[in-house]
Amino acid sequence: MTEKRVDLLVIGAGPAGLAAAIAAKETGIDSLLVLEREKDPGGILRQCIHNGFGLHRFKEELTGPEYADRDIARAMELHIPIRCGTTVLSVSSGRKVTCVSPSEGLQIYQAGAVILAMGCRERPRGALCTPGTRCAGIYSAGTAQRFVNLEGLMPGKRVVILGSGDIGLIMARRMTLQGAEVLACVEIMPYSSGLNRNIVQCLQDYSIPLYLNHTVTEIRGRERLEGITISQVDENRKPIPGTDISFDCDTLLLSCGLIPENELSLGAGVRLSPATSGPVVNENFETSVPGVFACGNVLHVHDLVDHVSRESALAGKAAAEYIRSGAAGAETIQVTDGDGVRGTVPQMIHRNASADIDLMFRPAGVYRSSAAVVRCGGEEILRKKAMIYTPGEMAVLTLKAELLQRLPDSVLTVSIERTE
Amino acid sequence: MEKVITCINCPVGCRMTVMLSDAGDVLSVSGNTCPRGDKYARQECMLPLRVITAVLPVPGSPTPLSVKTASPVPKDAIPEVMRELSRVRPVLPVHAGDVIVKNILDTGADIVATRSLL
Repeated sequence: MTEKRVDLLVIGAGPAGLAAAIAAKETGIDSLLVLEREKDPGGILRQCIHNGFGLHRFKEELTGPEYADRDIARAMELHIPIRCGTTVLSVSSGRKVTCVSPSEGLQIYQAGAVILAMGCRERPRGALCTPGTRCAGIYSAGTAQRFVNLEGLMPGKRVVILGSGDIGLIMARRMTLQGAEVLACVEIMPYSSGLNRNIVQCLQDYSIPLYLNHTVTEIRGRERLEGITISQVDENRKPIPGTDISFDCDTLLLSCGLIPENELSLGAGVRLSPATSGPVVNENFETSVPGVFACGNVLHVHDLVDHVSRESALAGKAAAEYIRSGAAGAETIQVTDGDGVRGTVPQMIHRNASADIDLMFRPAGVYRSSAAVVRCGGEEILRKKAMIYTPGEMAVLTLKAELLQRLPDSVLTVSIERTE
Repeated sequence: MEKVITCINCPVGCRMTVMLSDAGDVLSVSGNTCPRGDKYARQECMLPLRVITAVLPVPGSPTPLSVKTASPVPKDAIPEVMRELSRVRPVLPVHAGDVIVKNILDTGADIVATRSLL
Protein backbone atom coordinates (compact mmCIF):
# COMPACT_ATOMS: atom_id res chain seq x y z
CA MET A 1 0.00 0.00 0.00
CA THR A 2 1.27 3.46 -0.83
CA GLU A 3 1.90 5.78 2.01
CA LYS A 4 0.88 9.41 1.62
CA ARG A 5 2.79 12.30 3.10
CA VAL A 6 1.10 15.19 4.85
CA ASP A 7 2.62 17.94 6.97
CA LEU A 8 -0.17 18.08 9.55
CA LEU A 9 -2.78 15.47 10.34
CA VAL A 10 -5.59 16.37 12.74
CA ILE A 11 -7.64 13.56 14.28
CA GLY A 12 -11.19 14.75 14.96
CA ALA A 13 -13.27 17.55 13.39
CA GLY A 14 -14.99 18.72 16.55
CA PRO A 15 -14.35 22.21 17.93
CA ALA A 16 -10.79 21.26 18.98
CA GLY A 17 -9.70 19.74 15.68
CA LEU A 18 -11.31 22.52 13.64
CA ALA A 19 -9.71 25.32 15.69
CA ALA A 20 -6.30 23.62 15.55
CA ALA A 21 -6.48 23.05 11.78
CA ILE A 22 -7.66 26.61 11.13
CA ALA A 23 -4.84 28.10 13.23
CA ALA A 24 -2.19 25.94 11.55
CA LYS A 25 -3.47 26.79 8.08
CA GLU A 26 -3.57 30.48 8.94
CA THR A 27 0.13 30.38 9.80
CA GLY A 28 0.90 28.89 6.39
CA ILE A 29 0.68 25.11 6.72
CA ASP A 30 -0.91 24.12 3.39
CA SER A 31 -0.40 20.37 3.48
CA LEU A 32 -2.91 19.29 6.10
CA LEU A 33 -5.81 16.92 6.54
CA VAL A 34 -8.54 16.53 9.14
CA LEU A 35 -9.98 13.05 9.72
CA GLU A 36 -13.45 12.66 11.25
CA ARG A 37 -15.26 9.47 12.19
CA GLU A 38 -18.80 10.87 11.98
CA LYS A 39 -20.48 11.71 8.68
CA ASP A 40 -20.36 15.47 9.40
CA PRO A 41 -17.85 17.76 11.09
CA GLY A 42 -18.76 19.59 14.32
CA GLY A 43 -18.24 16.91 16.95
CA ILE A 44 -20.44 16.85 20.02
CA LEU A 45 -21.71 20.39 19.26
CA ARG A 46 -23.96 18.92 16.58
CA GLN A 47 -26.18 17.36 19.22
CA CYS A 48 -25.96 20.23 21.72
CA ILE A 49 -28.93 22.13 20.32
CA HIS A 50 -29.36 24.28 23.46
CA ASN A 51 -27.98 27.80 23.56
CA GLY A 52 -25.23 29.33 25.69
CA PHE A 53 -22.16 28.60 23.55
CA GLY A 54 -19.75 31.29 22.45
CA LEU A 55 -20.37 33.95 25.11
CA HIS A 56 -16.62 34.44 25.63
CA ARG A 57 -15.44 34.02 22.06
CA PHE A 58 -18.22 35.67 20.05
CA LYS A 59 -19.90 37.74 22.81
CA GLU A 60 -23.23 36.21 21.91
CA GLU A 61 -25.17 33.10 22.84
CA LEU A 62 -25.20 30.49 20.12
CA THR A 63 -26.56 26.95 20.00
CA GLY A 64 -24.05 24.14 19.50
CA PRO A 65 -24.73 23.65 15.78
CA GLU A 66 -24.42 27.41 15.20
CA TYR A 67 -21.08 27.55 17.02
CA ALA A 68 -19.78 24.59 15.00
CA ASP A 69 -21.00 26.11 11.74
CA ARG A 70 -18.81 29.18 12.25
CA ASP A 71 -15.66 27.04 12.47
CA ILE A 72 -16.78 24.78 9.62
CA ALA A 73 -17.42 27.84 7.42
CA ARG A 74 -13.95 29.20 8.23
CA ALA A 75 -12.35 25.83 7.47
CA MET A 76 -14.18 25.74 4.10
CA GLU A 77 -13.05 29.28 3.35
CA LEU A 78 -9.45 28.20 3.95
CA HIS A 79 -9.97 25.05 1.82
CA ILE A 80 -9.00 22.76 4.69
CA PRO A 81 -9.76 19.19 3.63
CA ILE A 82 -11.96 17.39 6.17
CA ARG A 83 -12.47 13.71 5.45
CA CYS A 84 -15.61 12.50 7.22
CA GLY A 85 -16.71 8.90 7.75
CA THR A 86 -13.07 8.03 8.34
CA THR A 87 -11.97 6.14 11.43
CA VAL A 88 -8.36 6.29 12.57
CA LEU A 89 -7.21 2.83 13.58
CA SER A 90 -3.77 3.64 14.89
CA VAL A 91 -1.10 6.28 15.31
CA SER A 92 2.52 5.19 15.60
CA SER A 93 5.23 6.90 17.63
CA GLY A 94 6.77 7.85 14.27
CA ARG A 95 3.50 9.66 13.36
CA LYS A 96 2.28 7.09 10.87
CA VAL A 97 -1.52 7.25 10.90
CA THR A 98 -3.63 4.33 9.65
CA CYS A 99 -7.28 5.02 8.89
CA VAL A 100 -10.19 3.39 7.13
CA SER A 101 -13.34 4.60 5.37
CA PRO A 102 -15.99 3.01 3.16
CA SER A 103 -15.04 5.17 0.16
CA GLU A 104 -11.23 5.09 0.38
CA GLY A 105 -10.59 1.79 2.13
CA LEU A 106 -7.45 1.51 4.21
CA GLN A 107 -5.09 4.50 4.02
CA ILE A 108 -1.73 5.21 5.63
CA TYR A 109 -0.39 8.72 6.14
CA GLN A 110 3.08 9.73 7.24
CA ALA A 111 2.54 13.03 9.03
CA GLY A 112 5.06 15.71 9.94
CA ALA A 113 2.96 16.45 13.01
CA VAL A 114 -0.21 14.95 14.46
CA ILE A 115 -2.83 16.75 16.55
CA LEU A 116 -4.94 14.50 18.74
CA ALA A 117 -8.43 16.02 19.03
CA MET A 118 -10.66 13.00 19.65
CA GLY A 119 -12.63 14.47 22.53
CA CYS A 120 -13.95 12.50 25.49
CA ARG A 121 -16.42 9.77 26.36
CA GLU A 122 -19.05 9.45 29.07
CA ARG A 123 -18.41 7.22 32.05
CA PRO A 124 -20.53 4.14 31.30
CA ARG A 125 -22.75 2.15 33.66
CA GLY A 126 -20.11 -0.55 34.01
CA ALA A 127 -17.72 1.95 35.58
CA LEU A 128 -20.28 3.12 38.16
CA CYS A 129 -20.89 -0.17 40.01
CA THR A 130 -24.67 0.38 40.05
CA PRO A 131 -26.56 -2.58 41.51
CA GLY A 132 -29.53 -4.33 39.90
CA THR A 133 -30.60 -5.97 36.67
CA ARG A 134 -29.25 -5.40 33.17
CA CYS A 135 -32.53 -4.24 31.67
CA ALA A 136 -33.09 -1.93 28.71
CA GLY A 137 -33.78 1.75 29.36
CA ILE A 138 -30.44 2.79 30.88
CA TYR A 139 -28.51 5.25 28.74
CA SER A 140 -25.73 7.71 29.16
CA ALA A 141 -27.12 11.24 28.99
CA GLY A 142 -25.15 11.98 25.83
CA THR A 143 -26.54 8.91 24.08
CA ALA A 144 -30.06 10.04 24.93
CA GLN A 145 -29.15 13.51 23.66
CA ARG A 146 -28.05 12.03 20.35
CA PHE A 147 -31.25 9.98 20.06
CA VAL A 148 -33.49 12.99 20.70
CA ASN A 149 -31.61 15.76 18.90
CA LEU A 150 -30.03 14.01 15.92
CA GLU A 151 -32.19 10.97 15.34
CA GLY A 152 -35.59 12.24 16.45
CA LEU A 153 -36.18 9.34 18.84
CA MET A 154 -37.44 9.51 22.45
CA PRO A 155 -35.64 7.06 24.77
CA GLY A 156 -38.51 6.90 27.31
CA LYS A 157 -41.43 8.52 29.08
CA ARG A 158 -40.65 8.53 32.80
CA VAL A 159 -37.06 9.46 33.49
CA VAL A 160 -34.64 9.63 36.42
CA ILE A 161 -31.21 11.14 35.97
CA LEU A 162 -28.20 9.88 37.94
CA GLY A 163 -25.44 12.45 38.26
CA SER A 164 -25.84 16.19 37.92
CA GLY A 165 -23.24 16.95 35.30
CA ASP A 166 -24.21 19.53 32.71
CA ILE A 167 -25.26 17.01 30.07
CA GLY A 168 -27.61 15.36 32.58
CA LEU A 169 -29.13 18.72 33.51
CA ILE A 170 -29.51 19.73 29.88
CA MET A 171 -31.20 16.39 29.15
CA ALA A 172 -33.59 16.84 32.09
CA ARG A 173 -34.91 19.93 30.34
CA ARG A 174 -34.81 18.44 26.84
CA MET A 175 -36.73 15.30 27.86
CA THR A 176 -39.30 17.48 29.65
CA LEU A 177 -39.73 19.83 26.69
CA GLN A 178 -40.06 16.94 24.26
CA GLY A 179 -42.84 15.40 26.33
CA ALA A 180 -41.32 13.07 28.94
CA GLU A 181 -41.73 13.34 32.69
CA VAL A 182 -38.44 13.76 34.58
CA LEU A 183 -38.96 12.60 38.16
CA ALA A 184 -35.63 13.42 39.77
CA CYS A 185 -31.98 14.23 39.35
CA VAL A 186 -29.81 12.29 41.81
CA GLU A 187 -26.29 13.38 42.82
CA ILE A 188 -24.00 11.41 45.16
CA MET A 189 -21.91 14.48 46.08
CA PRO A 190 -23.10 17.28 48.38
CA TYR A 191 -22.90 19.67 45.42
CA SER A 192 -23.69 19.54 41.72
CA SER A 193 -20.84 19.52 39.24
CA GLY A 194 -23.09 21.37 36.79
CA LEU A 195 -23.30 25.11 36.21
CA ASN A 196 -25.69 27.14 38.39
CA ARG A 197 -27.28 28.35 35.22
CA ASN A 198 -28.21 24.79 34.30
CA ILE A 199 -29.49 23.93 37.79
CA VAL A 200 -31.82 26.93 37.61
CA GLN A 201 -32.88 26.78 33.98
CA CYS A 202 -33.01 23.00 33.50
CA LEU A 203 -34.23 21.74 36.89
CA GLN A 204 -35.84 24.58 38.87
CA ASP A 205 -37.69 26.00 35.84
CA TYR A 206 -39.44 22.64 35.48
CA SER A 207 -39.74 21.82 39.21
CA ILE A 208 -37.49 18.77 38.88
CA PRO A 209 -36.13 17.86 42.33
CA LEU A 210 -32.35 17.56 42.80
CA TYR A 211 -31.40 14.98 45.44
CA LEU A 212 -27.88 15.80 46.67
CA ASN A 213 -26.02 13.19 48.79
CA HIS A 214 -28.12 10.46 47.16
CA THR A 215 -27.36 7.58 44.83
CA VAL A 216 -29.14 4.73 43.07
CA THR A 217 -29.22 1.61 45.26
CA GLU A 218 -31.56 -0.59 43.25
CA ILE A 219 -32.46 -0.99 39.57
CA ARG A 220 -35.55 -3.08 38.82
CA GLY A 221 -36.89 -4.54 35.60
CA ARG A 222 -36.54 -7.66 33.47
CA GLU A 223 -36.81 -6.63 29.82
CA ARG A 224 -37.26 -2.90 30.35
CA LEU A 225 -36.47 -0.75 33.36
CA GLU A 226 -39.47 -0.64 35.72
CA GLY A 227 -38.19 1.34 38.64
CA ILE A 228 -35.28 2.39 40.79
CA THR A 229 -34.58 3.09 44.44
CA ILE A 230 -32.32 5.86 45.64
CA SER A 231 -30.82 6.23 49.11
CA GLN A 232 -29.11 9.01 51.00
CA VAL A 233 -25.35 8.53 51.48
CA ASP A 234 -23.11 9.40 54.43
CA GLU A 235 -19.89 11.44 54.25
CA ASN A 236 -18.06 8.36 52.92
CA ARG A 237 -20.67 8.04 50.15
CA LYS A 238 -22.06 4.83 51.69
CA PRO A 239 -25.87 4.42 51.52
CA ILE A 240 -27.70 5.07 54.81
CA PRO A 241 -30.24 2.30 55.60
CA GLY A 242 -33.83 3.47 55.92
CA THR A 243 -33.50 6.49 53.62
CA ASP A 244 -34.89 4.77 50.52
CA ILE A 245 -37.07 6.57 47.99
CA SER A 246 -38.58 4.54 45.17
CA PHE A 247 -39.44 5.76 41.65
CA ASP A 248 -41.43 4.03 38.91
CA CYS A 249 -39.57 4.91 35.74
CA ASP A 250 -38.76 3.40 32.35
CA THR A 251 -35.55 5.33 31.75
CA LEU A 252 -32.40 6.07 33.72
CA LEU A 253 -29.92 8.54 32.26
CA LEU A 254 -26.33 8.55 33.51
CA SER A 255 -24.43 11.81 33.72
CA CYS A 256 -21.51 10.75 35.88
CA GLY A 257 -18.44 12.30 34.38
CA LEU A 258 -16.42 12.43 31.20
CA ILE A 259 -13.12 10.73 30.40
CA PRO A 260 -10.69 11.81 27.67
CA GLU A 261 -10.66 9.24 24.85
CA ASN A 262 -7.02 8.23 24.54
CA GLU A 263 -6.93 4.77 23.01
CA LEU A 264 -5.08 6.10 19.94
CA SER A 265 -2.72 8.15 22.12
CA LEU A 266 -1.74 5.06 24.12
CA GLY A 267 -0.99 3.18 20.91
CA ALA A 268 1.38 5.97 19.92
CA GLY A 269 3.19 5.64 23.24
CA VAL A 270 1.91 8.96 24.58
CA ARG A 271 2.34 9.28 28.36
CA LEU A 272 -0.99 9.93 30.14
CA SER A 273 -1.62 11.83 33.35
CA PRO A 274 -3.54 9.89 36.02
CA ALA A 275 -5.09 13.18 37.16
CA THR A 276 -6.58 14.27 33.81
CA SER A 277 -6.66 10.86 32.03
CA GLY A 278 -5.29 12.87 29.11
CA PRO A 279 -1.75 13.19 27.71
CA VAL A 280 1.02 14.88 29.66
CA VAL A 281 1.86 17.98 27.60
CA ASN A 282 4.15 20.99 27.62
CA GLU A 283 3.11 24.62 27.08
CA ASN A 284 2.98 23.96 23.32
CA PHE A 285 0.45 21.15 23.92
CA GLU A 286 3.06 18.69 22.66
CA THR A 287 2.84 15.23 24.24
CA SER A 288 5.72 12.98 25.35
CA VAL A 289 5.95 11.76 21.73
CA PRO A 290 7.74 14.38 19.60
CA GLY A 291 5.50 15.98 16.98
CA VAL A 292 2.29 14.63 18.53
CA PHE A 293 0.09 17.34 20.04
CA ALA A 294 -3.20 17.16 21.98
CA CYS A 295 -5.95 19.68 22.63
CA GLY A 296 -9.58 19.96 23.71
CA ASN A 297 -11.39 17.28 25.69
CA VAL A 298 -8.93 14.54 24.74
CA LEU A 299 -6.37 16.49 26.76
CA HIS A 300 -8.57 17.41 29.72
CA VAL A 301 -12.32 17.78 30.05
CA HIS A 302 -13.47 21.38 29.60
CA ASP A 303 -16.67 23.13 30.73
CA LEU A 304 -16.79 25.70 27.94
CA VAL A 305 -16.22 25.17 24.23
CA ASP A 306 -14.85 28.72 24.04
CA HIS A 307 -11.84 27.53 26.05
CA VAL A 308 -11.47 24.45 23.86
CA SER A 309 -11.26 26.66 20.77
CA ARG A 310 -8.68 28.95 22.36
CA GLU A 311 -6.48 26.12 23.60
CA SER A 312 -6.71 24.26 20.30
CA ALA A 313 -5.74 27.29 18.24
CA LEU A 314 -2.57 27.50 20.36
CA ALA A 315 -1.91 23.80 19.76
CA GLY A 316 -2.42 24.31 16.01
CA LYS A 317 0.07 27.19 15.96
CA ALA A 318 2.60 25.19 17.96
CA ALA A 319 2.27 22.19 15.64
CA ALA A 320 2.85 24.50 12.67
CA GLU A 321 5.97 25.85 14.35
CA TYR A 322 7.17 22.27 14.95
CA ILE A 323 6.68 21.46 11.26
CA ARG A 324 8.70 24.53 10.27
CA SER A 325 11.47 24.49 12.89
CA GLY A 326 11.55 21.07 14.50
CA ALA A 327 11.62 20.15 18.18
CA ALA A 328 11.90 22.85 20.84
CA GLY A 329 14.27 20.90 23.11
CA ALA A 330 13.71 19.39 26.50
CA GLU A 331 11.41 20.95 29.05
CA THR A 332 13.12 22.01 32.22
CA ILE A 333 10.23 22.98 34.48
CA GLN A 334 7.73 20.57 35.96
CA VAL A 335 4.24 21.58 37.10
CA THR A 336 2.66 19.54 39.90
CA ASP A 337 -0.68 19.52 41.74
CA GLY A 338 -0.63 20.70 45.35
CA ASP A 339 -3.44 20.71 47.94
CA GLY A 340 -6.92 21.26 46.55
CA VAL A 341 -5.81 21.06 42.92
CA ARG A 342 -6.31 18.30 40.36
CA GLY A 343 -4.91 17.84 36.91
CA THR A 344 -2.93 20.98 36.13
CA VAL A 345 -2.19 21.38 32.41
CA PRO A 346 0.48 21.81 31.07
CA GLN A 347 2.59 19.50 33.20
CA MET A 348 5.90 20.58 31.63
CA ILE A 349 7.24 23.98 30.58
CA HIS A 350 10.31 25.22 28.68
CA ARG A 351 12.10 27.80 30.77
CA ASN A 352 12.71 29.87 27.63
CA ALA A 353 9.01 29.90 26.63
CA SER A 354 8.31 33.21 24.91
CA ALA A 355 4.58 33.59 25.53
CA ASP A 356 2.52 33.75 28.72
CA ILE A 357 1.26 30.36 29.85
CA ASP A 358 -2.21 29.49 31.14
CA LEU A 359 -2.05 26.95 33.93
CA MET A 360 -5.45 25.19 33.86
CA PHE A 361 -6.70 22.97 36.63
CA ARG A 362 -9.75 21.69 38.47
CA PRO A 363 -10.33 22.45 42.15
CA ALA A 364 -10.63 19.19 44.11
CA GLY A 365 -13.59 20.48 46.13
CA VAL A 366 -15.62 23.60 46.84
CA TYR A 367 -13.43 26.34 48.31
CA ARG A 368 -14.92 29.67 49.38
CA SER A 369 -12.80 32.77 49.99
CA SER A 370 -9.66 31.05 48.81
CA ALA A 371 -6.67 31.75 46.63
CA ALA A 372 -4.96 29.67 43.98
CA VAL A 373 -1.22 29.87 44.60
CA VAL A 374 1.80 28.87 42.54
CA ARG A 375 4.95 28.10 44.53
CA CYS A 376 8.47 27.35 43.39
CA GLY A 377 11.32 26.36 45.69
CA GLY A 378 9.31 27.49 48.72
CA GLU A 379 8.70 30.90 47.17
CA GLU A 380 5.25 32.17 46.23
CA ILE A 381 5.35 33.39 42.65
CA LEU A 382 1.67 33.86 41.79
CA ARG A 383 -1.59 34.23 43.73
CA LYS A 384 -5.15 34.64 42.51
CA LYS A 385 -8.01 35.11 44.93
CA ALA A 386 -11.55 34.11 44.14
CA MET A 387 -14.83 34.12 46.00
CA ILE A 388 -15.29 30.51 45.04
CA TYR A 389 -13.39 27.67 43.45
CA THR A 390 -15.55 24.67 42.50
CA PRO A 391 -14.83 21.39 40.70
CA GLY A 392 -17.49 22.32 38.16
CA GLU A 393 -15.43 25.18 36.78
CA MET A 394 -11.91 24.91 35.39
CA ALA A 395 -9.63 27.49 37.00
CA VAL A 396 -6.92 29.35 35.10
CA LEU A 397 -3.75 31.07 36.32
CA THR A 398 -1.73 33.01 33.78
CA LEU A 399 2.01 32.69 34.23
CA LYS A 400 3.97 35.57 32.72
CA ALA A 401 6.78 34.46 30.40
CA GLU A 402 9.32 36.80 32.04
CA LEU A 403 8.63 35.12 35.39
CA LEU A 404 9.94 31.81 34.05
CA GLN A 405 13.53 32.99 33.72
CA ARG A 406 13.63 34.05 37.35
CA LEU A 407 12.27 30.85 38.89
CA PRO A 408 14.36 29.69 41.86
CA ASP A 409 13.67 26.00 41.21
CA SER A 410 12.53 23.64 38.46
CA VAL A 411 9.29 22.49 40.08
CA LEU A 412 6.11 24.59 40.20
CA THR A 413 3.34 23.56 42.57
CA VAL A 414 -0.22 24.81 42.16
CA SER A 415 -2.48 24.69 45.21
CA ILE A 416 -5.61 26.25 46.67
CA GLU A 417 -5.30 27.87 50.09
CA ARG A 418 -7.98 29.34 52.30
CA THR A 419 -7.67 33.04 52.99
CA GLU A 420 -9.33 34.56 56.04
CA MET B 1 -44.06 38.38 49.83
CA GLU B 2 -40.61 36.81 49.73
CA LYS B 3 -38.95 34.99 46.84
CA VAL B 4 -35.63 33.09 46.88
CA ILE B 5 -33.59 33.18 43.68
CA THR B 6 -30.25 31.52 42.83
CA CYS B 7 -28.03 33.78 40.77
CA ILE B 8 -26.76 32.28 37.51
CA ASN B 9 -24.19 34.91 36.59
CA CYS B 10 -21.17 33.13 38.05
CA PRO B 11 -20.18 29.98 39.99
CA VAL B 12 -20.72 31.64 43.39
CA GLY B 13 -24.47 31.13 42.84
CA CYS B 14 -25.66 33.62 45.47
CA ARG B 15 -28.97 32.72 47.07
CA MET B 16 -30.84 36.00 47.00
CA THR B 17 -33.99 36.96 48.81
CA VAL B 18 -36.32 39.33 47.01
CA MET B 19 -39.06 41.17 48.93
CA LEU B 20 -42.12 41.83 46.80
CA SER B 21 -45.06 44.15 47.46
CA ASP B 22 -48.63 42.83 47.22
CA ALA B 23 -48.75 44.36 43.73
CA GLY B 24 -45.70 42.29 42.76
CA ASP B 25 -43.19 45.15 42.70
CA VAL B 26 -39.65 44.50 43.94
CA LEU B 27 -39.08 46.22 47.31
CA SER B 28 -35.59 44.92 48.04
CA VAL B 29 -32.95 42.38 47.00
CA SER B 30 -30.58 40.88 49.56
CA GLY B 31 -27.98 38.12 49.61
CA ASN B 32 -26.30 39.16 46.37
CA THR B 33 -22.58 39.96 46.40
CA CYS B 34 -22.45 42.10 43.27
CA PRO B 35 -24.69 44.40 41.19
CA ARG B 36 -25.21 41.76 38.50
CA GLY B 37 -27.09 39.68 41.06
CA ASP B 38 -29.39 42.57 41.92
CA LYS B 39 -30.21 43.14 38.25
CA TYR B 40 -30.80 39.43 37.59
CA ALA B 41 -33.02 39.01 40.68
CA ARG B 42 -35.24 41.95 39.64
CA GLN B 43 -35.57 40.63 36.08
CA GLU B 44 -36.38 37.12 37.35
CA CYS B 45 -39.13 38.48 39.61
CA MET B 46 -40.65 40.90 37.15
CA LEU B 47 -40.42 38.98 33.89
CA PRO B 48 -38.20 35.89 33.68
CA LEU B 49 -37.07 35.33 30.08
CA ARG B 50 -35.65 32.25 28.37
CA VAL B 51 -34.47 31.27 24.90
CA ILE B 52 -36.31 28.08 23.94
CA THR B 53 -34.61 25.45 21.79
CA ALA B 54 -36.32 22.39 20.36
CA VAL B 55 -36.16 19.73 17.64
CA LEU B 56 -38.94 19.35 15.07
CA PRO B 57 -39.55 16.29 12.90
CA VAL B 58 -39.15 17.07 9.20
CA PRO B 59 -41.07 14.96 6.65
CA GLY B 60 -38.60 13.20 4.37
CA SER B 61 -35.61 13.72 6.66
CA PRO B 62 -34.24 11.13 9.09
CA THR B 63 -32.65 14.00 11.03
CA PRO B 64 -34.91 16.40 12.94
CA LEU B 65 -34.49 20.16 12.64
CA SER B 66 -33.08 22.05 15.62
CA VAL B 67 -34.65 25.48 16.18
CA LYS B 68 -34.59 28.31 18.71
CA THR B 69 -36.49 31.44 19.56
CA ALA B 70 -34.50 34.26 17.96
CA SER B 71 -34.89 36.25 21.18
CA PRO B 72 -35.80 35.31 24.77
CA VAL B 73 -39.49 34.77 25.51
CA PRO B 74 -41.34 34.90 28.86
CA LYS B 75 -40.69 31.74 30.85
CA ASP B 76 -44.43 31.21 31.39
CA ALA B 77 -44.88 30.90 27.62
CA ILE B 78 -42.59 27.85 27.31
CA PRO B 79 -45.32 25.14 27.53
CA GLU B 80 -47.58 26.90 25.01
CA VAL B 81 -44.68 27.54 22.61
CA MET B 82 -43.72 23.86 22.79
CA ARG B 83 -47.34 22.82 22.17
CA GLU B 84 -47.50 25.12 19.17
CA LEU B 85 -44.16 23.82 17.86
CA SER B 86 -45.33 20.22 18.09
CA ARG B 87 -47.74 21.00 15.25
CA VAL B 88 -45.09 22.57 13.01
CA ARG B 89 -43.67 20.46 10.16
CA PRO B 90 -40.86 22.31 8.35
CA VAL B 91 -40.40 21.61 4.65
CA LEU B 92 -37.05 20.68 3.08
CA PRO B 93 -34.67 22.29 2.28
CA VAL B 94 -34.00 24.37 5.39
CA HIS B 95 -31.01 26.66 5.85
CA ALA B 96 -29.58 27.70 9.22
CA GLY B 97 -31.16 31.04 10.10
CA ASP B 98 -34.40 30.43 8.14
CA VAL B 99 -37.52 31.67 9.93
CA ILE B 100 -39.72 28.61 10.59
CA VAL B 101 -42.51 30.40 12.50
CA LYS B 102 -42.91 34.14 12.48
CA ASN B 103 -43.67 35.85 15.84
CA ILE B 104 -44.72 32.68 17.62
CA LEU B 105 -47.86 33.16 19.79
CA ASP B 106 -47.34 36.93 19.59
CA THR B 107 -44.28 36.74 21.83
CA GLY B 108 -42.42 38.93 19.35
CA ALA B 109 -39.89 36.12 18.80
CA ASP B 110 -39.44 34.21 15.54
CA ILE B 111 -38.61 30.52 15.54
CA VAL B 112 -35.44 30.11 13.47
CA ALA B 113 -33.53 27.05 12.26
CA THR B 114 -30.16 26.53 13.97
CA ARG B 115 -28.91 24.06 11.37
CA SER B 116 -29.37 23.33 7.70
CA LEU B 117 -31.20 20.30 6.34
CA LEU B 118 -30.79 20.02 2.60
